[in-house]
Amino acid sequence: MAVFPFELVSPENLVFSGDVQQVVVPGSEGDFAVGAGHAKLISSLRPGLIVITDAAGQVSRLYVRGGFADVSGTGMTILAERAVPAAEMTDGVFEAELKAAQADVAAAASDAARMRAAERLAQVGDVRKALAA
Amino acid sequence: MPSLKDLRNRIASVKATQKITKAMQMVAAAKLRRAQMAAEAARPYAERMNKVLANVAQGVAGNPSAPRLLTGTGDDKVHLLVVFTAERGLCGGFNSSIARIARERATALLAEGKTVKILCVGKKGNDVLKRQFEKQIIDLIELRAIRNIAFENADEIGRRIIAMFEAGEFDVCTIFFSRFRSVIAQIPTALQMIPAEIPEAVAGEDPAPYEYEPDEAEILAELLPRNLSMQVFRALLENAASEQGARMSAMDSATRNAGEMIKKQTMKYNRSRQAMITKELIEIISGAEAL
Repeated sequence: MAVFPFELVSPENLVFSGDVQQVVVPGSEGDFAVGAGHAKLISSLRPGLIVITDAAGQVSRLYVRGGFADVSGTGMTILAERAVPAAEMTDGVFEAELKAAQADVAAAASDAARMRAAERLAQVGDVRKALAA
Repeated sequence: MPSLKDLRNRIASVKATQKITKAMQMVAAAKLRRAQMAAEAARPYAERMNKVLANVAQGVAGNPSAPRLLTGTGDDKVHLLVVFTAERGLCGGFNSSIARIARERATALLAEGKTVKILCVGKKGNDVLKRQFEKQIIDLIELRAIRNIAFENADEIGRRIIAMFEAGEFDVCTIFFSRFRSVIAQIPTALQMIPAEIPEAVAGEDPAPYEYEPDEAEILAELLPRNLSMQVFRALLENAASEQGARMSAMDSATRNAGEMIKKQTMKYNRSRQAMITKELIEIISGAEAL
């Protein structure tokens, strides 16, 4: 299968860099999969799981909290606010994430912002359910 | 002429000082390595962010509905200066050089009749600036309790700046920090945050238009605050590395000065000891001759 270069960066470090076959991205308007030769696209992300199939066919899952995906002609870059391997997402980490999301809801200044924050809160809960299943 | 005992005491005290400066230098060197690594780790994100931002901003160029964070309020009456400095002193000219460019800017703006608001991040900048700009300083954010700067800390400051902007408290925002070039070179820098300065798109990229999901304006509305927090984060990291670098070289020269002083004092001590012995011998000999 054709591969393409993929990078996952968070503010603190470069989380993943290398050739991959496919990446499934939790876009804000729905999940989408990116393969080699995908059309150019910029999308924002919702909290969710990224599923990476690397060149050797190994699948790894990472939790990301918001950010952006930039698919260009030469490859794909994801700017994640936070990226954690799914295996490290314990209950404690989820609690912290939920608490942060709740704080955002409480701190939202406008209705639109509050709606967005509430949506995110629900999405974090969804990820937790999906991982537990 | 100080007595031998005075000289001995003085040498001992300089030696103790030298030990302290030497230890501070070594601590700074270790911290610098960590700070430098953190600053380098943040670089890829900032670079990719710039690229994405350039791409998206092109999409909305000239669009009247572009977010105000990008275009500004269309005014430049009220300026917010965010001054990033260290929490501690004893690091050479680090704090004062940042404070100096901030002061120059503030003075120039005041002379033009603009309103200036100063937000200090780090205690030392506040100490220096409050003498002259007591009325302009609106608040001080202390980061003393934080050992390793995380993105969350920067995000908090970023959100606060944006909240102020949305409340219409200022028109233009500039941040002041020190860019880390090397251990001996830290460059005090002023960077305009709002209206955002958009990096040029990379030339030679394939010109096919991007698809946006959701649309450009919405992505930009999310991207710009994120970018602001990221710039704040970078400023904090660069500052941390610069501070340690400046402290390291300041402590290095302090150690060297102390070494020189010890050498001089020891020489003086030996001379006067020798003179004393010679004097006593002369006294004994001339006493014996007189008999």
